[in-house]
Amino acid sequence: MTSFWSIWVIVLTLACLALILGLLLWNLKNYVGVKEGESCGHEFDGIEEINNPLPKWWTYMFFATFVWAVYYLAAYPGLGNWQGLAKWTSSNQGVTSLAESKKATEEALANGEKVQLDQEIIAAEERFGPIFNELAKVPVEELLASKVAGDKAQQKAIENGEKHEQTQGQMALEIGQRLYAQNCAQCHGSDARGGTGFPNLTDNDWLYGGTPDKIKETLLHGRIAAMPPWKDALGEQGVKEMTAYVLSLSGRKVNQKDADAGKAKFAMCAACHGMDGKGSVAHNLPFGAPNLTDNIWLYGGSQRAVEETLNNGRAGVMPAWKDILGEDKVHLLTAYVYSLSQNK
Amino acid sequence: MSQTVASQTEYNYKVVRQFAIMTVIWGIVGMGVGVLIAAQLAWPALNFDTPWLTYSRLRPLHTNAVIFAFGTSALFATSYYVVQRTCQTRLFSDKLAAFTFWGWQAIIVSAAITLPLGITSSKEYAELEWPIDIAIAVVWVSYAVVFFGTLIKRKVSHIYVANWFYAGFIITVAILHIVNSMAVPVSLTKSYSIYAGAVDAMVQWWYGHNAVGFLLTAGFLGMMYYFVPKQAGRPVYSYRLSVVHFWALVSLYIWAGPHHLHYTALPDWTQSLGMVMSVILFVPSWGGMINGIMTLSGAWHKLRTDPVLRFLVVSLSFYGMSTFEGPMMAIKSVNALSHYTDWTVGHVHSGALGWVAMISIGAIYHLIPALFGHGNMYSIKLVNTHFWLHTVGVVLYIVAMWISGVMQGLMWRAVNADGTLMYSFVQSLEASKPFYIMRFLGGVFIVVGMLVMAYNVFRTVTAKSGSLATDANAQMA
Repeated sequence: MTSFWSIWVIVLTLACLALILGLLLWNLKNYVGVKEGESCGHEFDGIEEINNPLPKWWTYMFFATFVWAVYYLAAYPGLGNWQGLAKWTSSNQGVTSLAESKKATEEALANGEKVQLDQEIIAAEERFGPIFNELAKVPVEELLASKVAGDKAQQKAIENGEKHEQTQGQMALEIGQRLYAQNCAQCHGSDARGGTGFPNLTDNDWLYGGTPDKIKETLLHGRIAAMPPWKDALGEQGVKEMTAYVLSLSGRKVNQKDADAGKAKFAMCAACHGMDGKGSVAHNLPFGAPNLTDNIWLYGGSQRAVEETLNNGRAGVMPAWKDILGEDKVHLLTAYVYSLSQNK
Repeated sequence: MSQTVASQTEYNYKVVRQFAIMTVIWGIVGMGVGVLIAAQLAWPALNFDTPWLTYSRLRPLHTNAVIFAFGTSALFATSYYVVQRTCQTRLFSDKLAAFTFWGWQAIIVSAAITLPLGITSSKEYAELEWPIDIAIAVVWVSYAVVFFGTLIKRKVSHIYVANWFYAGFIITVAILHIVNSMAVPVSLTKSYSIYAGAVDAMVQWWYGHNAVGFLLTAGFLGMMYYFVPKQAGRPVYSYRLSVVHFWALVSLYIWAGPHHLHYTALPDWTQSLGMVMSVILFVPSWGGMINGIMTLSGAWHKLRTDPVLRFLVVSLSFYGMSTFEGPMMAIKSVNALSHYTDWTVGHVHSGALGWVAMISIGAIYHLIPALFGHGNMYSIKLVNTHFWLHTVGVVLYIVAMWISGVMQGLMWRAVNADGTLMYSFVQSLEASKPFYIMRFLGGVFIVVGMLVMAYNVFRTVTAKSGSLATDANAQMA
């Protein structure tokens, strides 16, 4: 804020408060010209007004709020550019990048300013960081084995009426599940079965690979998938034929003539989906092109949906979580997501 | 009453009658839609997969109908009545007054058509698109001309306190509406606000909170200052208190908007300043309540026999309660718990159903017999029935929202030992469902009460002149 606007805000604020205070003080005196408790002497449609004094408790309450207001405006930002004696701000407002944010945090710490968001993050890191850090050292497979063993021991303990101490794996997967519920369920669903455009995470059908390493890579860095539109290249008839062929790959009943015609043009799809249509993972390719032979459909498997996919293409985006959650939490999320398709 | 008071024929009662009747009708419509959307929150299938019956489109219809159709019709009716009676002169212009009635009804109807169609500027309480916004500005300026014209040609020397509040409300609502609705039209049904980002949010809530402060508070305080002393037959408690609380209220309210935007991209200084002014505002708000309730000194026994007075006095209790709750919720650390929860919804409705609706209903019960030449309403018993239906409904509503709101706030901030959130959003929604049903039941009570009122008003209006018993004590000052 420029100093002109800062002064503008300060003057308006203080003038408003001073006027109200003056008004209150003025009305503590009896200026009406009649004794207190008597009618003011005017009458409106039969309504008279009594010249009663302001209730004392109410007046004291008014003064108390003023005292508090003066204290608050002195201690905290409020009067234009005045920073406040408490040197408090809610967050580093105005930063536009992660780098700027980090720099602002360091500067505030050095200057003894209280940036509430930074302080809350630091406190949370101190308190919770070691928990995640400890668990993140354990490989995913090991956490899973510990979880399975823990579940068995727990079952037994319940049967024998004994107490059970959570194993490391049980704890890790419980935390993973909570992280999932807060960060992932919005797209992939509370049950992780996904939805149109959002992959099912429980079916062992992977677009970028289902090993713990691959899942972690997806979580950390995100994925951008692009199915190009083929409307112009294939034409209406071509899309119909290709649809027939693609559906036939999963054993669906189709018009054989159309499917044959589609197959003849499939080479252009094979670059990503493979000549056999089994998708990029089967061929160790990084494109995230789905397997077309397993009757699992990311954007719907009806003839209309597949035609729509072919005509206009699809764009899938998985956000990157590295900067949002940090590597330790992503490790636990990886374990949870991996576990979803391991139980069957 | 002094003999200089003009007889009934010299006042323009026609426009007051029209607005008074429409207050009842729009009340039923607006609150009825409210009950439907309350039911949708508990049972989402009730939108019947029809776009114009979805919550997103009916919610603005509900808010617009209760604020601008029901509430504002009540303000038009009472302000036109009060300004004539307390200035002892006829309205400045009958034609312009008639224009405000028909113009305002046309605006309400166009809102009822465009909002379900999904035509919206998407600004809360200012959803109507630009052609309707222009119509509102025209009608509102006409309203100001009629009101201030009448004030200027008054036959008494002073301006009565009720008229200060009506005047403040009329001027400020005009400014708020015009400034907040500034937009660039791109077609007949679509426009874009000229403000962007945090400035847009600030302007929107400067408008939004002062729609509450001036339309739903100052305007209805004007109503209070006439109908409470009139119905109680008692003088106003303290003239000096009304001076202090009027000027403090209007100068503080205008600052309070930022408390709707705590913990957002709004600069810290704006948030703190909005909070400070909101907290001080508590005291002048209570000034109005004290002045209204103390006016009953020496007339408390009338509450036993007069349900109209009961409506007016209970409305003041709800006013006191909401204006304590509001400043408390404006404090940032309280707001951290209450914001975005049903607590806010409960707060709004203790103001809207407790204060605004009850004072309006009380005023209409006072007005209808006076306007149609009767000593009393067709049935005082039914007024009493309405009072209890409404009171039970409001209590059910706000208690449900308090519990649900505080519960949501606590669930959203609960963390496990590892720092992760204890509940996902949908779990808090599941926990709220019983209270959504309770709120719906509260709404049903209120709408049934309004239907009882409509019947009572109908029987009063159509009764033969002089056929209704006169209760001189309850009706005449």
